[in-house]
Amino acid sequence: MILEIQDVCKDYYQGKMVVPVLKDVSFSMEEGEYVAIMGPSGSGKTTLMNIIGCLDTATSGTFLLDGQDIRKCSDNERSDIRLNKIGFVFQSFQLLPRQTALENVELPLTYAKIPKKERRERAKAALERVGLGDRLDFKPTQLSGGQKQRVAIARALVNNPKILLADEPTGALDTKSGEQVMELFKNLNDEGVSVLMITHDSEIAAHAKKVITIRDGQILSGGGSL
Amino acid sequence: MLENIRLSFQGIWSHKMRSFLTMLGIIIGIASIISIISTIKGTQEQIKQNLIGSGNNTVEITLNQGNYPYEVEWNGLPDGIPTVTDEQMEEIRSLETVEAAARYVVRNYADSIYYKSTPLNSGQVYGIDDAYFSTCGYRIKEGRGFIPADTENFSKVVMMDQTAADALFSGEDPIGKTIEIKAEPFIVVGVVEKKVQFEPVINSMSDYWTYHEAETGAIFMPIASWPIVYYYDEPENVVVKAASTEEMSDAGRDTASILNAALMDTTGEFQYNATDLLETVRNLQSLSESTNNQLLWIASISLLVGGIGVMNIMLVSVTERTSEIGLKKAIGARKRKILIQFLTEAAVLTSIGGVLGVISGIALSQIISKVSQAPTAISIPAIIGSVLFSMLIGIIFGFLPSYKAANLNPIDALRYE
Repeated sequence: MILEIQDVCKDYYQGKMVVPVLKDVSFSMEEGEYVAIMGPSGSGKTTLMNIIGCLDTATSGTFLLDGQDIRKCSDNERSDIRLNKIGFVFQSFQLLPRQTALENVELPLTYAKIPKKERRERAKAALERVGLGDRLDFKPTQLSGGQKQRVAIARALVNNPKILLADEPTGALDTKSGEQVMELFKNLNDEGVSVLMITHDSEIAAHAKKVITIRDGQILSGGGSL
Repeated sequence: MLENIRLSFQGIWSHKMRSFLTMLGIIIGIASIISIISTIKGTQEQIKQNLIGSGNNTVEITLNQGNYPYEVEWNGLPDGIPTVTDEQMEEIRSLETVEAAARYVVRNYADSIYYKSTPLNSGQVYGIDDAYFSTCGYRIKEGRGFIPADTENFSKVVMMDQTAADALFSGEDPIGKTIEIKAEPFIVVGVVEKKVQFEPVINSMSDYWTYHEAETGAIFMPIASWPIVYYYDEPENVVVKAASTEEMSDAGRDTASILNAALMDTTGEFQYNATDLLETVRNLQSLSESTNNQLLWIASISLLVGGIGVMNIMLVSVTERTSEIGLKKAIGARKRKILIQFLTEAAVLTSIGGVLGVISGIALSQIISKVSQAPTAISIPAIIGSVLFSMLIGIIFGFLPSYKAANLNPIDALRYE
């Protein structure tokens, strides 16, 4: 079991007012699954994503990632989990504009203290895996949106994470590039990578093998409590 | 770390104009510090060179009464002061700090010296032994030196330096001419000069008094001929050449104690003392240093202002790069990594400023020295210190912005556009 989420609540404070964003969310995900979390904006899906991505902590409930209780981890431990077990793909790509595709992909390996030569090779392999072996020295400004997102996916994969987290990965792409990215996710999943994707688009969500619908901070369908 | 430094250079280079303006405060501060230090060091080297005299390292050990040099001319012969013996000279020459030694008698304010009707207005007359010229670093410029026959026959012969020759003969060839000392005729047999010309720069009254003696003329006669015009058995002085500049003080002190051991003076007023030039040099140097240290403090204020400028720009840079920081944290960079990245950038920025400051400081001090004739010398420790100090400024003033960057919440930072 890669993800085990049980009765997770998240409250935000607006002044003195408590705003519940997630209410008793429970679901789990097996290794190698391809899951989409779908919901309209304001449904709490991004908050859920942040908690799963160890960027945020739940107010209450249990969250185990790869069997590890994240709520008990220190800031540095959560950094290391993000580094080694999670690969992030963002809507707006989040590439460093002054660095080449290769250097962008190398970044997580630098934090993992991988020696330079191995870093090069692994980053190159990751870019080849997403079909950008001929764009190694291109800067983000020289790449199309779809290519940028594939660089970002290569960066997410380069550390061999346990799970790939994608937040609206096609949100900033045209339909054709979006389809290519979806194709890539499917191939990666076929190769054994666990993928968790967040989207508001049911057409995109349909690419996943399992769809969880969320609305107003509650899971409507597909969750199933443990 | 190297990676961080490389990335810092990249970041600085991509904002050339802004980086340069940020560095400007550091550049100006370091440049003024370097030029002030260069000037201090230049002045000190000059004082040392001028006073100690062209690396000749000679120390004069003279008879003092109380705190003042004893003047035979005015006070007559003192009691209980024997002349310096050959045994004493041997002992002095065998000192480890002493390379050469000579004895002499002197009139510091000589009068009644004429060539025809031209008087020598200011000058010294020396009675010297045969080691004197080699010890003090004189060489014969014209004519001949003293020969053993001069001493055996009590010949009335003199040599003089160029200053005395110019004053008495005003352009005429002095060799073979007869001058009058205390109404006795002496034949000029030679002109001497110091091997390395001693050319003091006179900027003030105190410089003038310091160099006064060097500027007045000197006339030399064999010590055997001295009693013809002055007294028999006058107290003798010794001049020693120290083995090195640093050993001048020791050589002078040791020689003085050898000479003092033989004094039979009962009053206790008389004593041989070394004119410790090294000591004088140190006093003068510390004087010029303390004045300039105040200037250094003022220059440091511009470094403080420069540091605040760096902090300001770093804060802007952190805000600008919020999403970059958010991403780095999201993909697993620990706080420390972000902190070090920004600290490195600040330190690289100010170090470049420091290097540019050193270069412009050296250029500035060269210009100042050309314009105002002030001497200048480059100090390697000051250069290394300046660059390290500017790096330190980057680390100190970069800390607040870096700390802010390291503690950004990645969720907010990623959302920031």
